[in-house]
Amino acid sequence: MEYFLQQLINGITLGSIYGLIAIGYTMVYGIIGMINFAHGDIFMVGAFISLIVFLAIIALGITWIPLTLLLVLVIAMALTSMWGWTVERLAYRPLRESFRLAPLITAIGMSIVLQNFVQIAQGARVKPLEPIITGGYALMERDGFVVNLSNIQILIVTTTVVLMTIFSLIISKTSLGRAQRACEQDRTMAALLGVNVDRTISLTFVMGAALASVAGLMYLLYYGVIDFYIGFIAGIKAFTAAVLGGIGSLPGAMLGGLIIGLIETFWSAYFSVEYKDVAAFSILAIVLIFMPSGLLGRPEVEKV
Amino acid sequence: MATAKSTRAQQTLPAASPKFDLVGGVREAGIAALIALVLAIPLLSERTVQEAGGLVLVSRWWLAFAAAGIVFAGRLALNLLQQSGRDARDGLSAVIGRNTAWLGDTSRFLAPGMLIFAVILPIFPFSDRYIMDLSVLVLTYVMLGWGLNIVVGLAGLLDLGYVAFYAVGAYAYAIIAVHFDLSFWVCMPIAGAMAALWGIILGFPVLRLRGDYLAIVTLAFGEIIRIVLLNWTDLTNGPNGISGIPRPTFFGLEFKAIGDNTFADFFGLTYSPLQRIVFLYYVILMLALLTCVVTIRLRRLPVGRAWEALREDEIACRSLGINTTNTKLTAFAIGAMFGGIAGSFFATRQGFISPESFTFIESAIILAIVVLGGLGSQVGVAIAAVVLIGGFELFRELELYRMLIFGLAMVLIMVWRPRGLIATRTPSVVLKDRKAIGADLVGEGR
Repeated sequence: MEYFLQQLINGITLGSIYGLIAIGYTMVYGIIGMINFAHGDIFMVGAFISLIVFLAIIALGITWIPLTLLLVLVIAMALTSMWGWTVERLAYRPLRESFRLAPLITAIGMSIVLQNFVQIAQGARVKPLEPIITGGYALMERDGFVVNLSNIQILIVTTTVVLMTIFSLIISKTSLGRAQRACEQDRTMAALLGVNVDRTISLTFVMGAALASVAGLMYLLYYGVIDFYIGFIAGIKAFTAAVLGGIGSLPGAMLGGLIIGLIETFWSAYFSVEYKDVAAFSILAIVLIFMPSGLLGRPEVEKV
Repeated sequence: MATAKSTRAQQTLPAASPKFDLVGGVREAGIAALIALVLAIPLLSERTVQEAGGLVLVSRWWLAFAAAGIVFAGRLALNLLQQSGRDARDGLSAVIGRNTAWLGDTSRFLAPGMLIFAVILPIFPFSDRYIMDLSVLVLTYVMLGWGLNIVVGLAGLLDLGYVAFYAVGAYAYAIIAVHFDLSFWVCMPIAGAMAALWGIILGFPVLRLRGDYLAIVTLAFGEIIRIVLLNWTDLTNGPNGISGIPRPTFFGLEFKAIGDNTFADFFGLTYSPLQRIVFLYYVILMLALLTCVVTIRLRRLPVGRAWEALREDEIACRSLGINTTNTKLTAFAIGAMFGGIAGSFFATRQGFISPESFTFIESAIILAIVVLGGLGSQVGVAIAAVVLIGGFELFRELELYRMLIFGLAMVLIMVWRPRGLIATRTPSVVLKDRKAIGADLVGEGR
């Protein structure tokens, strides 16, 4: 029971990180119907920017951790958004009216570019960072097994909940969110009614990248080690989460992220660590085959 | 959407901007340079270095400014080009279009020309060991490209996990050959059959999926197969891979310096390692051509026509009574079979295989060859394989940068020629006379 509870806590933490990345996939897929293959690598870029900004701030002499983390969060979100915007501008916008496979190929190309750029600029070795946030609470103890809720886990889940709330409000209440939902339904009609479609799509990428950078920072704080290759697997799993929750749906992405995080954690805990990715991918295949529109998604209507 | 179309329309007006707007150009270039500077500042200018006390930052400010400078110059040049009468992107694509249009027009002569060149390549004086090795590699990708072309180009099923079948073929051959001591020529069809079987096994659950969902599930299957190969140590020897895979023989004659029954002995030649490579070259050339011929012939058969009909419109297919399940599965199985045969060739050529060789990036490269060459165009796929793999090899000196350049090339070629290098297709079924049509008229599949 204690072991189960501990895995539940770990799974929710991991799921929050996946959920944050999944939102980027689900928003982009919702609005232009393409898999932004480079999004996992945007997450990786976000993690690296967070690391560098953190080291720079420490070097500047600011040592009060909450202020440092807030600064890192804001700066990393801003800089990573810039990357998201640039990728969209260079690789996707010129192919907006092109056939469907073209942006998928440029997305894979951009993914290769980002990975290798970071590898060249920062080196191929893993970057370890000593734990910044330590401590936690022992929730219960029995037979020497302690269920721990660490401060970093609390931080990750709280940040995710806060950001989710903010972004849900942006989508549902602001004019930008209205424009995004309009573009999602019918881009031509939205353009006719005065919505700047290109700008809306760009902002969607910016929002996705900002959340991915938060996920990158959380990943860095939680695992304490990053390398240039973390984006690929995390990206596929986050996409799995988005599909599982129902692509295009924000709460669905978060729910899917939580489920994927829990499946992965429990699979590693009770079965085998080696095959945890196989478990996640099998879930993806099973869900798509039996429930193509996901848990919270709208069923796709087939028009002739 | 509408705005994009209207700006395109303005740019085609001949007298849109008769004189240079240098100030505007500089301003745009300045903005681009500023963005580049912001992008470069954290990632490029600061390098994280591991030291005794933990990670420290090493500043390299000049790099960020150099990057900004390059972007400034590039954007300004592009801008001036744009202002000199037409959109630079249109201009460049038009230039490339002019320069590659003959590829489509003369593909009738191009394909036999390339074939003759490929057949006589080993007798050229410049064909040393390096060139032949590279040619074998290029032809392997040509074969993989043609195999994937059946699935993606003809049947319109987007498969991002094609490397899984390549891996199944390679491992099937390696395991059978090492454990049962059978020759390459016996194992190759078995490896192909195994891969085809896996094509059906993987194809069956994804029959209902379309488009990007299909892509992501096939990608997941590719990863699953790689993870299983990595962890099923008893069968595959895990990350250490399988070594000592037997080499192919020429009707039982081995390519060895010493031995009873060697190729050199039998034909009274002096032994040279080049003989084996030239032999491998002809083997893969033959296998690739087999793939091509089978594809061309299949297109004339009912099953091939069903593939193309499926690509154009699945609902229409169903209402006309085509069994879409069988059609999709045959496409998966035949594409996978050629992937498996290519895999067994890869295993016998290398003599060593490990899961390292079958990562997602291989699938991405093969798909890029098919799409960049032009979906469904046999000649285009061959040209794209030569350009991409050969170009990749050209940058061998720049070990670290070549993958970056490769990714950039993928993006740039796609932006300029979204329909691939060969922009014309030959329809399978015609009313009167057979003539090339624009690639835009061909469905992309779902």
